[in-house]
Amino acid sequence: MKIKQLAFGIATAITAATAAQAADTITVVSWGGAYTKSQVEAYHKPWMAETGNTIISEDYNGGLSEVKSQVEAGNVKWNVMDVEYSDAVRGCDEGLLEPIDHSILPAAPDGTPAVDDFIEGALPECAVSNIVWSTIFAYDTSKTSGVEGISDFFDLEKFPGKRGIRKNPKANLEMALMADGVPASEVYDVLGTAEGIDRAFAKLDTIKSEVVWWEAGAQPPQLLADGEVVMTTAYNGRIFNAAAGEGKPFEVNWDGQVLDFDLWVIPKGAPNMEATLDFIAFSTDTQRLADQASWIAYGPARKSSGALVGLYNDGKTEMAPHMPTAEANLANALVNNFEFWADNQDELNERFNAWLAL
Amino acid sequence: MSDTHTAAVMAADGTPLKARLARAMFRRKLDAFLLVLPLLVFLMVFFLAPIAWFLSKGFHDDLFATEMPNTTAALADWDGSTEPTEAQYAALVTDLIATRKTKTIGKVATRVNREHSGARSLFTSSARKAAKLDAPFKEALIKTKKAWGDIAVWQGMKAASRTYTIGYYANALDRRQLADGSIVAQPEQRQIHVKLLIRTLEISLQVTLYCLLLGYPIAYLLATLPNRTSNLLMILVLLPFWTSILVRTTAWIAMLQSQGVLNDLFVFFGVTADEARFSLIYNKLGTLIAMTHILLPFMVLPLYSVMKGIPPSYVRAAKSLGATNWTAFWRVYAPQTVPGIGAGAILVFIVAIGYYITPALVGGQDGQMISNFIDFHMRRSLNWNLAAALGTVLLVVVLTLYWIYDRVVGIDNMKLG
Amino acid sequence: MTSGQNGDTFVEFERVQKSYDGEVLVVKDLNLSIGKGEFLTMLGPSGSGKTTCLMMLAGFETATHGDIRLGGREINNIPPHKRGIGMVFQNYALFPHMSVNENLAFPLQVRGLSKSETESKVKRALDMVQMGEFGNRRPAQLSGGQQQRIAVARALVFDPELVLMDEPLGALDKQLREQMQYEIKHIHENLGVTVVYVTHDQSEALTMSDRIAVFNDGVIQQLADPETLYERPENSFCAQFIGENNKLGGKIVGIDGDTATVEFDDGATCKALAVNCGGVGERSLLSIRPERVAIGNSDTPDAISARVLELIYLGDHIRCRMDVHGHNEFIVKVPNAAGHARLNVGETVHLTWEREDCRALDLI
Repeated sequence: MKIKQLAFGIATAITAATAAQAADTITVVSWGGAYTKSQVEAYHKPWMAETGNTIISEDYNGGLSEVKSQVEAGNVKWNVMDVEYSDAVRGCDEGLLEPIDHSILPAAPDGTPAVDDFIEGALPECAVSNIVWSTIFAYDTSKTSGVEGISDFFDLEKFPGKRGIRKNPKANLEMALMADGVPASEVYDVLGTAEGIDRAFAKLDTIKSEVVWWEAGAQPPQLLADGEVVMTTAYNGRIFNAAAGEGKPFEVNWDGQVLDFDLWVIPKGAPNMEATLDFIAFSTDTQRLADQASWIAYGPARKSSGALVGLYNDGKTEMAPHMPTAEANLANALVNNFEFWADNQDELNERFNAWLAL
Repeated sequence: MSDTHTAAVMAADGTPLKARLARAMFRRKLDAFLLVLPLLVFLMVFFLAPIAWFLSKGFHDDLFATEMPNTTAALADWDGSTEPTEAQYAALVTDLIATRKTKTIGKVATRVNREHSGARSLFTSSARKAAKLDAPFKEALIKTKKAWGDIAVWQGMKAASRTYTIGYYANALDRRQLADGSIVAQPEQRQIHVKLLIRTLEISLQVTLYCLLLGYPIAYLLATLPNRTSNLLMILVLLPFWTSILVRTTAWIAMLQSQGVLNDLFVFFGVTADEARFSLIYNKLGTLIAMTHILLPFMVLPLYSVMKGIPPSYVRAAKSLGATNWTAFWRVYAPQTVPGIGAGAILVFIVAIGYYITPALVGGQDGQMISNFIDFHMRRSLNWNLAAALGTVLLVVVLTLYWIYDRVVGIDNMKLG
Repeated sequence: MTSGQNGDTFVEFERVQKSYDGEVLVVKDLNLSIGKGEFLTMLGPSGSGKTTCLMMLAGFETATHGDIRLGGREINNIPPHKRGIGMVFQNYALFPHMSVNENLAFPLQVRGLSKSETESKVKRALDMVQMGEFGNRRPAQLSGGQQQRIAVARALVFDPELVLMDEPLGALDKQLREQMQYEIKHIHENLGVTVVYVTHDQSEALTMSDRIAVFNDGVIQQLADPETLYERPENSFCAQFIGENNKLGGKIVGIDGDTATVEFDDGATCKALAVNCGGVGERSLLSIRPERVAIGNSDTPDAISARVLELIYLGDHIRCRMDVHGHNEFIVKVPNAAGHARLNVGETVHLTWEREDCRALDLI
């Protein structure tokens, strides 16, 4: 009898504890470093203050393998993940992610509904975009000057020295074609043909011997700082933070930039759906997205946030010109075509890897 | 005495002695079995079963057959050379509608896309419209996307519809299986795995050799020094074991990069010119240096324990018999360390062949190994089937080498300590 | 008496000292000449410096001071492999990865002998130790005694003039050890090779040696043939270390020529041969071998009274422990001869011995 009572007591205690925990704790997974910090400052802290809920912030390295394991094991621990566009679409198609009803997103301050306020393509079925980021190339102004555009990145005669490039075909093939003179609007048409792919690889071949490959976003600023490379492709926010935050003489060249979204998604079967959706709606409203830009130089995914973007958290740097979406930076810019990559990534990855390794 | 009498010796109670012995032995075997049972179950459940399950993915893939049952049935007898029929198109449309409803179209599309690039968007976009299509489905589908008329798409589906397939193994060996079942070589630009495998073996062998060259003298020194000094030295040898991969990597980068400490020293001492610094990292050399560094303890420890067990009297005996220092070492000491060399070499080689984090960090483009691609397919492309096939190939290669080692050197002739 | 005295000096230690740490001398001022063909044993407890001497001779240790000569040639700076000295090690040190034949061929191969010559020499050496059948075995497939024979054969196969043996029989059981002692002795006699043998087993030393050098504390205590050493030990250490010995402590009260009169602590006196004792008034240890003590009558001159404490029946003799003027570890071996006197525990008897069997020696 006593044992039964005790067991009952423990069971209720555990249920109560888990229920209490489940009511106000969600796990948000992102890429770490300065990027996660910007989200914590702009989204997590205000949301926790407003709702009294708790956010556990975890880091990961991208990709869908963890969420695939969690969903297939029926043991989903993450509530919200920050993913790349292709993973958002692919995870949705494969049933790994929850569809999100975009009508829950708050309207812009002027009353424009959210679906119209977000940049076109920013709201795929299972995701909500938060930022626009960009792959650009950058260099150290104390050592290199006179860089005009993307073609200089591929010009070893004009600018001898090592180049840092992400170990991935994505964005690299596009930049190679733009450097080879293909207008941004035609890049994916050209890449859609076998000759176009050959042309892109041929362009990459011209600098292959001088390439230092990077994988994590934190590497390119370090490579530049160490003098290991003369120029490197990078995520624009990382270069900005090194320049504005740490005073490094780095300059971003926006010619031939490849824009991309980062999006919130919810793993299929995530617990605490109500709080999770509330967080997504809260963090992607006009003000929050504009606030994030004070912490890192990524553009807000809402048009209405643009006007609210203010100063960097150092209190003096005007953020607007550092946004990938700033008018001046869009002269020769390309929006990453996820359809193209979803269709061709198997083949292009294989070919890229073969090209790279041999 | 008759023959039968001697054949069946009886125990005291009249039962045949053999039967009694067998019973006694059985009890003993049962006891032994029960003692190892928990470990056996543990290994089965947490080690062998997951590995077997994972490796089975290399040849078993029922995704398409499960999600697209009608199409699979319709393709069963198709040899991949004739024009697809209306019935096959109709089956496809039925399946597209069903998978659209169950939200599994993405998986199917991804699967077929592996066989035929571009199939992904074809499937997902057509699935959205499939419910609205009317017969004849062949024309209707081709009208929505003219790629449906391309026989290559159907050949891709045919390949994907095989539940048991050698397609992944073919891919792991730079071959591909066509719709009619024949195996042909991949186009040259996509051939990578065999070359990578050879490079992996080459790098592993080189690392093993360097570990032996560097580890042998150290192990000898450790075995001959007094305990207090040798313990200190042993800590230095084991240090890489205790250092986190991040600290180690950062240290290598600081040491080896072209603006790094080592190159600065080279320039300072005039070994090389400032503009012609050595590339010691982000290439194959970087992989070799870093892996040799990490794996050195695996060579030193077995060597040390074997050398520690060789009494100094052997070398003394050899010298007293007239051998020079070199002869005494080469003909008497070295042969007795062979078990340690064997154990160390096998350990280093097998650990090296599966390395991927270090090569990924310091290997650049030509320092990558096959495991980096298994990792890539596990985490990035999510093509676990190909990862399993590559893993199996690697496992078979290792086991084959192990077998050869057993034949040449003898596995008994190995001593871990 | 032996070749040691009449042969030419072959090995010579002259004022040799050895220290490992620069503070303690393990070998103190060693002078030793070994004749050609002699079987010399270095006997002593562990740590007495005997093995160090052997290792210096073999070349594995260098002398801190002094000269070592071999055949008149100074060998201090000659590396071991050029000394041409055969050596048998305590654990045999047979190369485990080589067959018996290969082990024996090793010293011949490094000397560049032809194949046929090597083969015949290996065969001869194996036959010498009666191991001709075992040439193809590995050492691990042999018993301890067989390994021992191979080790001896290997040390001799290249016809060295000097063979060193470092406690070679230590790992064998008693019976086998005794058998091997005779075999080694016979091989030595047949070949006429010089042998320097190290052991801590005194009976082994007595059995085999022409001469024995007794080591203690880095110094040779006595160098003599076995008989002299046993019968006439020159100091208490040798008397104690070799064979069984009764010791009686007392004070010297008078010396008359070579006869010393010793007074025990209870006032009784006894006469002994003055060998290595101080003058009147100093203490001395008397040494008497148990088998040299006889049981006599009270009226025998110089008889000493003793009380029987314990009797152990050993077949051929009876071992009798007695109390002799306060020394209760005194052993007498009473031969189990026909009609010998029966002793009883508690009984008081009288002991007698020849004066020269009772030697007055130094204190240890």
